[in-house]
Amino acid sequence: MSYEPKLVGFLCNWCSYTGADLAGTSRIQYPPNIRIIRVMCSARIDPSFILQSLGKGADGVLICGCHPGDCHYSEGNYKAMRRYPLLKRLLDAYGIEHERVRLEWVSASEGQRFADVVADMTERLRALGPCRVKTALATDQIER
Amino acid sequence: MAAKKLQIALYWGAACGGCDVAVLDTNEFILTVGEAADIRLWPIAADGKYQDIEAMADGELDLSLFNGAVRNSENEHIAKLLRRKSKLLVAFGSCAHLGGIPGLANLTSKEDIFATAYLGNASIEPGNRTVPHPKTQVNGHSLEIPAFYRRVYRLSDVVDVDYFVPGCPPEPSQIKNVLLAVVKGELPPKKSVVGASERTLCDDCARRKTEKKVKRFYRPWEIIQDPERCLLEQGIVCMGPATRSGCGVRCPNSNQGCRGCYGPAPGVVDHGAKFLSAISSIIDSKDPKEIDAILGTLPDFIGIAYRFGLPASILQRRHGA
Repeated sequence: MSYEPKLVGFLCNWCSYTGADLAGTSRIQYPPNIRIIRVMCSARIDPSFILQSLGKGADGVLICGCHPGDCHYSEGNYKAMRRYPLLKRLLDAYGIEHERVRLEWVSASEGQRFADVVADMTERLRALGPCRVKTALATDQIER
Repeated sequence: MAAKKLQIALYWGAACGGCDVAVLDTNEFILTVGEAADIRLWPIAADGKYQDIEAMADGELDLSLFNGAVRNSENEHIAKLLRRKSKLLVAFGSCAHLGGIPGLANLTSKEDIFATAYLGNASIEPGNRTVPHPKTQVNGHSLEIPAFYRRVYRLSDVVDVDYFVPGCPPEPSQIKNVLLAVVKGELPPKKSVVGASERTLCDDCARRKTEKKVKRFYRPWEIIQDPERCLLEQGIVCMGPATRSGCGVRCPNSNQGCRGCYGPAPGVVDHGAKFLSAISSIIDSKDPKEIDAILGTLPDFIGIAYRFGLPASILQRRHGA
């Protein structure tokens, strides 16, 4: 069976989810590989959500929030901005390609941009190949 | 007829011995335990052989305190043996609870550990390629030693565990509370963390807390700590916000940041991820480049975030080639 990347997207309610919705209502085509989870703010995305996604079989995680300065809660997206570089370092230390996790700012009017980001990330994940964490952890419980 | 004495066992897996010493640090109390209980196995302090445990009826032991992580086949064998023979099996201390310091070995591989310890070490005779094998033939005899696993496991990864006592090591006063609760039969529902608090360390820390905004992080020797003020506000790494309390805030009270040995606070899925979230949020910058530079003053983040619990984290170990 050919490999289809599984991409989990955490989208903020105010900008990015509305942006994705605009992509849909505008009938812009983008890969069906993304599974979108709507959250109220990009700051709501606890780093453990991302680790859990990877641990449960996602090949990549996309985090989308309002552009800096545009946060509905004024500062939330800066929290996401500060977590992201440290999370990338953590993934590197875990031996997981940090390219599997990406932070993008998508506004409510950027339907096309959302579609482009999803298409681009899907292709990158295709090139990276599947994330092996889930199978590796299952094997650990059988082979010591 | 006198009440039947409590039958207990204490065992160490991959451990440093500190948990056993912490039990002895209950001072005179341990003598009371000796009177109220028969200690059937305690490798560090008392006699008692594996065969004696094997000869017991299932469930004959009332309580087993297992400290140390599961690093090799002997640790797992005894864990399973004690599970079978004990009414209550307790993961005692950080290593059994979360993987502990030995769990950091999950950032490397068995091959690399063997290469460092048995091949590349400066004190090894040049050309000597002896590494441990589970089975060896010597003069026609077959010798067996425990097999070293590919990674480190928590106790609950290999057997069903009834209670967890956190700490590196657990505080003697908490050990006392746990033992008394067992004697009185006043234990909370199974699978609970006992001998600790249901709050975070920050809740119990007396330091003055205001708004946290830092421009850089300091290693302990780079700064003279203000003894009154929150350590994080001073740029000193402290795991308090993500960590379960119950230790008596001993490290922050000694001007050292919390290392996180009591494990994740209640409700926290991944200790390191929650700490990542906390420490990132205090960075005083909105500029990605500056944020990266400030994070650069934070060395070995994975070692900080999972010092006592890498095998208990969501990703558990290093992945990839």
